[in-house]
Amino acid sequence: MVTTSPVATGRDEIFRILSSVKDPELPFIDIVELGIVRDASVEGETVRVDITPTYSGCPAMDVIEREAREALHSHGFGSVEIRTVFTPAWTTDWMSEETKQKFRDYGIAPPGPVGSTGGIEELVSLRRAPTAVRCPYCGSDNTVEKSEYGSTACKSINYCESCHQPFDSFKSI
Amino acid sequence: MERVSQSLFPYLLRLADDRLVLGHRLSEWCGHAPILEEDIALANIALDLIGQANLLLKLAAETEGKGRTEDDLAYFRDAIDYRNVQMVELPKGDFAFTIIRQFLFDAFSYHVLEELQRSSHKELAGIAAKGFKEVRYHVRHSSEWVLRLGDGTAESHDRAQKSLNDLMRFTGEMFEADDIDREMLAAGIGADLESIRPKWETIVRDVLSRATLTIPDDPPAMTGGRRGRHTESLGHMLSEMQIVARSHPGAEW
Repeated sequence: MVTTSPVATGRDEIFRILSSVKDPELPFIDIVELGIVRDASVEGETVRVDITPTYSGCPAMDVIEREAREALHSHGFGSVEIRTVFTPAWTTDWMSEETKQKFRDYGIAPPGPVGSTGGIEELVSLRRAPTAVRCPYCGSDNTVEKSEYGSTACKSINYCESCHQPFDSFKSI
Repeated sequence: MERVSQSLFPYLLRLADDRLVLGHRLSEWCGHAPILEEDIALANIALDLIGQANLLLKLAAETEGKGRTEDDLAYFRDAIDYRNVQMVELPKGDFAFTIIRQFLFDAFSYHVLEELQRSSHKELAGIAAKGFKEVRYHVRHSSEWVLRLGDGTAESHDRAQKSLNDLMRFTGEMFEADDIDREMLAAGIGADLESIRPKWETIVRDVLSRATLTIPDDPPAMTGGRRGRHTESLGHMLSEMQIVARSHPGAEW
């Protein structure tokens, strides 16, 4: 027997198949690297996948779910069950250094460590931790945040004072 | 347990409706905000709030168990069946009004979601944990704008102060606890509104005083939203929000 029966495939194989699905807003990152595929299991011809959303209202989730389903169908799984799980909540800390490099290569500053999760007193204090976002184009730390909200909920808009290039930064969350 | 499950549905509606209605009001700024960055920011915050509402309404629909979906609850309930506080349904006003309201709500939502992360109801705790990460960004954004407007020009100060004078009377409703809240709290599911109130007041007083804004004295309290009694504005807002879904039931796009 050399045929790859879906019955024999397991969690790793499902993850491998799902790594062909890209985030529609970040076409250089797949959904496994992004950390939103939390678990997978196979029972007979049914595959069950747990996915956690990035942001509550992320409009890419429907597309991601549809494409994940199609990828698994095309690998012979007749029945695909995708569950949305919320615990533990997704964090950008789950992305590897290798994945973060892909952000830089694409011109987006990758998320830094989530770091301090101080209380509301800190949030309203106007004090910002001196975490200069490094320009993904020239590597300078001489950058300013122009807006905490950018083209999507997950990105802020920044400007590099050295090379005068505006750029997106993926927010730590 | 029977009573707990009967209270859970309306409790989830309250949480969801606050966020759905405020999210819709914020979305009305799309294309109209004073600067481009704020246009983008308000639309993104609206998206977070509507996303949170979507998750909560989905959970509410499952809890109810009558075959309704989150869309049914959003688009096919009339104003009298909405359970949001009145503050969030008021028309968006000028930018100062939107920002002051947003800050007053964000500071409330921050504490509610912080507590609900520890809810004994696992799905609710998970939704709250996600929303809590988002509201941290929201409250930072709105508090910075409160300071900028309040301690800004004479005109921005006056508009912010007028907005605060108009809004303060609506804030007490956020902390009113009735039997539903008490049951949810006793079951370890809900948030303790009574203990949240002083924390909210501390933060609100701190930010408003730094913004050189004055909290009006003993304003008459407006209430009733949690029981379906709303201002005239909600019906107008819902007629716009719901018309496509009601004109073309079951349509997908």
